[in-house]
Parts: sequence; C-alpha cells; structure tokens
Amino acid sequence: MSANQTVDFPMNSSLSSVRTTDKEKSDTQGPYKATSSIAQIQLVNSHLEVYDPSDDSFVLVDALLADRARLIEHQPKICLEVGCGSGYVITSLALMLQEEAPRIHYFATDINLHAVATTRGTLEAHGVHAEVVATDIASGLQRRLAGLVDVIVVNPPYVPTPEEEVACEGITASWAGGENGRRVIDRILPVADELLSERGWLYMVILAENNPLEICRRMGEKGYGSKIVLQRSTQEERLQVIKFWREGAAAGLPREGSRGGSSTSESWLSHFPLFSFLRKGENGG
Amino acid sequence: MRLLTHNMLACNVKGVVNGYPLRLEAEVVAERPADFNADFLRHIFARIDWKAFVGAARSLPEEHAVADLPEDAEPSMLASEDFLRRFHHALLELHVEKGALVCPETGRRFAIDKGIPNMLLNEDEV
Repeated sequence: MSANQTVDFPMNSSLSSVRTTDKEKSDTQGPYKATSSIAQIQLVNSHLEVYDPSDDSFVLVDALLADRARLIEHQPKICLEVGCGSGYVITSLALMLQEEAPRIHYFATDINLHAVATTRGTLEAHGVHAEVVATDIASGLQRRLAGLVDVIVVNPPYVPTPEEEVACEGITASWAGGENGRRVIDRILPVADELLSERGWLYMVILAENNPLEICRRMGEKGYGSKIVLQRSTQEERLQVIKFWREGAAAGLPREGSRGGSSTSESWLSHFPLFSFLRKGENGG
Repeated sequence: MRLLTHNMLACNVKGVVNGYPLRLEAEVVAERPADFNADFLRHIFARIDWKAFVGAARSLPEEHAVADLPEDAEPSMLASEDFLRRFHHALLELHVEKGALVCPETGRRFAIDKGIPNMLLNEDEV
C-alpha cells in the first residue's frame, strides 16, 4: 500500500528532529510549511521501567505528521494523550503544531509513575508543556473534562498476552493487552467517547490481531466515522493508525451507520476510507 | 499542575459521592508565563467551577496566593481585559510543583510531586 511510504523511518528519525513525510510532500498543505519538528530521540528521557520510542510510537507520530495540516485547520483547544510513556508522542504533537497552533493545551496521562516523570522530562527538554497526570486512562479527570477534548492520541497496550499480565506494574503495562490485545483498548474507547468534544478526533495505534474491523464497527455504532491514516508492517507487527471522528459533527446532525466522512467539509480523498476496508471483511456483519 | 487541571480533577475512589473539589495543599508553586489567549479563556470559562477555582487560587502559599479574583464570576466579566488577565494568570501561569490534593469526603490524599498529581488508586479503592 502506498500508505507505507514512510517505511524508511524510524531508524533515521533518531538522527534528525526534522523530517518530511512523503504524505506531506504530496498532500496539499495549504499555507503550512512542509516540514516540522518532532521530538528528538536524544532528548527523550528514558527509564528502565518505561517503554522507549519504538516502531509503534513512530507510526503514530508519522500519522499525526501526515494529518498535520488538518489538525492545524481543526484548531483543537485541548489535546490529550492516554498512556504517554516516554513522552515522545505528546512532545512531538506539541512541537509539530506549536508554530501554527501555539495555543493548544495538552494533557497526558499514564498509569506508570516512572512514565509520567519521564514524560515531564522529555517535554521540558523540548521546551513544551503538557499537564501530566498519573492515572488509569483518565480516571479522576473524566467527569469534568468530558466533552472538552478535541484530539486524543493513544498508543495502547495492544499486544495479545495472558490476562494476568494486563495492568501489571511498570513497563509491562505499556504493552500487555490481554486476550486479542483488546483488554485495555476496550476500556479506553468508551472513555475517549466521553471525553471527546462534538468535533473530537481520536487517533489510535491498532494491531491487525486486535480486530480493527470490530473496533471500527463498535465505534460506528456510537456515531464515529473511521479510517486508516497510516499502516506499516515491521518485522514483527502489522500496525495501523486509525482515526475516529464524530460523524455529522460538522453538520450538527448525528448520522448512524455511514462511514467514510462524506458529511464533513474536509476532503478525505487523499486517505483510505475505511469504508472499502470494512466492505472486504464485513460479510457476516 | 495548573489550577486548570485542579479544576478538572475529582476524587476517583470507588463509592465516593462528593469528591469535588479536591482541597489543594500547595507546598511549592512555580510561576511561568503562558501565552494569553482570550478565546480559550472564554471557551473554558463555562466549564470552570468558579468556586473551586477561586478557593484553590486563594489557598496557595502567601507569595503566590491570588487575592484579586472575584468571589463570583459571570459571563459578562469576560468582556473585561483586566478580568481576563487575572483569570489567565491564576488558571494557566501558576504551577503547583509539590503538595497534595485532598478528597473533601474521605480525606484521601493524592500527592503532587514534580508537578504531577498522582491519582493512582490502591486495589481496594477501584
């Protein structure tokens, strides 16, 4: 798939904080410059019990870069990362938007105390700020922050593992996803639905084994459209970044059962509407 | 932790009904300038629990305590640049680096360390 054009990363990405994805080169970027900064690997803090930036982190940042012009036009007021780990993703998001959208407020959460401290270090090393909270998903924030978050990004623990490894102490919590890798994902989705504003977007890293079709169908029932922003196969994993958005939000009308984003004013043509993707696998659905 | 975040946090212990607002016990506060953005302030105003906000702002250690916020606020005040500046400063420029958040119902303490509130629960609290 042509969505895999950026596959020469991530190894090179540690050498430079500036990169231009092929997506950016080919996309209409409007008035926005074609390159942008992301977190520098050498400035990302690390800790033995914190997940270092890896292929899945890079694919999420590359997906956000590919969508950067849309994010700027979207003018989010509040962005949140659930499971911020080393801080690589939230720092990159803040950096890539800071020039054209400097007034966004960022929040980041993680269940691992070492991770939140590491995230703060990474943010500070890059001169950006996010409000960091040690918590399980958004526990404690969820009720008051409901409906206020315009963009949520998540690289969840998606690896299929024995159930007992889920939400273990330390670094295990960053990848252990239980049966089909869905245990934590399935807890995050309803929280995201509660937190997202009427025009909210959710970007999530998902593995083919997590059954993305079923996830999209379930979010579709809650009124979300979805599409794959980027997919990439590594030696070990087939990763996808799926973007969810509230269908009909632009028109103010809830729409159910339709996918593909035709109700929004944005052009999704340069992407891969999940519609066709769903059709392939939806024989029994 | 900004007062914005304090305003959004509630006690998350299972069974707690009146877990908001958390009482702020700030030991170390840092002031850092933030970009003034009237649009954001007007947007977030409707969602700020003003009583909790003013209570937290006044509770800060003496040198950082904010005394010039009105007891009550109403949307018409958002037309005043002076009001917006004071709102902005208290909401976004004061960072509680060390201290605690205390549940008003149970007294459960949530530590704030290095600016990060710890809302993690013990097994028997979930």
